[in-house]
Amino acid sequence: MRYVASRLGYGLLLLLGVSILSFLLADLSPGDATAEMRLNPRISPGAVAALRVRYGLDRPLPVRYVRWLRSVASGELGWSVAFDAPVGPLLWRRAGNTLVLAVTAMILAWIVAVPAGVWAAARQGSWGDRLGLAASAVLLAVSELVLALLGLALAASTGLLPAGGMASLDYDALGGWGRARDLAAHLALPAVVLALSAFPVVHRHVRAAVAEALESPFVQAARGNGIPRRRLLWRHALPAAAKPLVSLLGLSIAGLLSGSVLVEVILSWPGLGPLLLQAILARDLHVVVGAILLSSVFLVLGNLVADLLLYWVDPRVRGT
Amino acid sequence: MIRGVITRGVITSRRVSLALAAGFLALLYLGALGAGFLAPYGFDEQDREHTYAPPVRLRFRDGGGRLHLRPFLYIGVEKPGAPGVYEEDRARAFPVRFLVPAPPGRTGARVRLFGVEEPARIFLLGTDRFGRDQLSRLLYGARISLFSGLLAAGLAVALGLLAGAVAGFRGGWLDQVLMRTSELFLALPWLYLLLAVRAVLPLDLAPSGSFLLLVAVLGAVGWARPARLVRGAVLSARGRDYVLAAQGFGGSDGYVLRRHVLPQAVGVALTQLALLVPQYVLAEVAMSFLGLGVAEPVPSWGTMLAELERYDVLISYQWMLWPAVLLTGVVLSYHTLAEHIRERLQAGEV
Repeated sequence: MRYVASRLGYGLLLLLGVSILSFLLADLSPGDATAEMRLNPRISPGAVAALRVRYGLDRPLPVRYVRWLRSVASGELGWSVAFDAPVGPLLWRRAGNTLVLAVTAMILAWIVAVPAGVWAAARQGSWGDRLGLAASAVLLAVSELVLALLGLALAASTGLLPAGGMASLDYDALGGWGRARDLAAHLALPAVVLALSAFPVVHRHVRAAVAEALESPFVQAARGNGIPRRRLLWRHALPAAAKPLVSLLGLSIAGLLSGSVLVEVILSWPGLGPLLLQAILARDLHVVVGAILLSSVFLVLGNLVADLLLYWVDPRVRGT
Repeated sequence: MIRGVITRGVITSRRVSLALAAGFLALLYLGALGAGFLAPYGFDEQDREHTYAPPVRLRFRDGGGRLHLRPFLYIGVEKPGAPGVYEEDRARAFPVRFLVPAPPGRTGARVRLFGVEEPARIFLLGTDRFGRDQLSRLLYGARISLFSGLLAAGLAVALGLLAGAVAGFRGGWLDQVLMRTSELFLALPWLYLLLAVRAVLPLDLAPSGSFLLLVAVLGAVGWARPARLVRGAVLSARGRDYVLAAQGFGGSDGYVLRRHVLPQAVGVALTQLALLVPQYVLAEVAMSFLGLGVAEPVPSWGTMLAELERYDVLISYQWMLWPAVLLTGVVLSYHTLAEHIRERLQAGEV
């Protein structure tokens, strides 16, 4: 329990740090949302000043930070000047969509990559292994951007899958089952693209970790005792190799979130990525800070889940 | 015996892949530097008669069946009523000329490697929406995309060396502050961080300004990982006998750091560099793709790919995908290089 508490405390400290960092960054910005209004001759300087007072832009930095923290605590996360609405509700919807995409992609990638990696580790140097390594090397070099473009081309030219968006036009008219199918059809392409970009890293780590475990004396001993190969691989080698893999699970969330920005923009998935881009172009800094903060919340949560999983999987962690 | 043959086979294939990777990169960087000479047109030269023209066909055999040593081409004419469909006008052949004088302009080169006589156009890789030559734009775009990656990675590793050396050598509160800050930077998804930093900077800039800005932003965001690795190398070097001896002889901090400690971190820094460059090339392409990097008409591989966001363009005009192909090749080559450097280092340490 102390282990969990310390991980949680660390995560919270990290979030506080991220919030200060991103707020400072936002403050360094040469202009704010009222900058363009000031250039507009039809808006009087007095009106701009009144707006600045209303949004609290005239207060000193620490005051604004504390005010913003208070609005974070209430779930508002500040005020979006471009949407003229609290940031929180804007973000929740988008963040949910990003989460659906990222989690689906992660599950897909791991479901394929773990067996492939274990299989490759058991047959190191074989043609199948080399082929797998070559394929993952190529996949590693293809950016999510290119993968998403190829996916878009495939969808648009074959017409098998919807080429973007999250729902069909008649989504509201569909029943429960129809809605689920519609969502799955729209989710398939971005999730597969994202999973393909996450696959090579997982594949290589699983292969390396299991290969190392296979070399260890206890696996050799187990083999000497005549334990069948399949059981040896899945029951003995894989759990012993789990530690770096579970850490990777936590760390890979950062990569998935970064990759999903591009995939979301190209395949018009209404997640955090397009919103963030829009907010940057509109200089809507509270939305930017909110999106960054939320992405780091995902990360902290992901790492926490990974830590808990590790606690469950690996008795060596429980001992300390 | 058989084992030896196999390992030898692996080694030669590694050598070959290394040579291929290095050769490909050298070719591209040289192509980017020599864009003024190699590109048949300027990057912003438009030809509204030839929008989305497919790659031109170079021919050696004329209508009478005679073989020519010098390749020639016909003018492509857009079919009336069918936009994007081009037919060759066989009335007149235009031979490809080499070392043609370049029109005076800002490219600086007085001679171009090849070209054809007007009104024919030589579009070896087709044209884009404004009838701009894709080959020329690829070469000029490589300047932005490849060199921003190189410069930014250099900056990030330099900052990382500085921070890591200071943190590892000085220790104490400075070490604490630097390492906690680096954890913060590592905790965020890099693209979000990049977008955040970009968000607070001006949006409309001259191309050279936005290029430098992008390099600075990328470099500033990426210092954390090299810094941590360098710090580790510095820490392990600091306790070695020869370092203690140098300090005992009265060597100043700066001298000991420069002469005895930092050389231990060179390998780490080099591997990081080879890994960061492709990541930053990708980052530049992503930023320009999203409209936050260099702006039109200056080409970057990212702005060139941005046209493909319209999927009708993507399906109908496949030659627009060349930046994606080259980009993948660049990343693959750098990964091969990084792998090789790492293997060398490991072999050297044993």
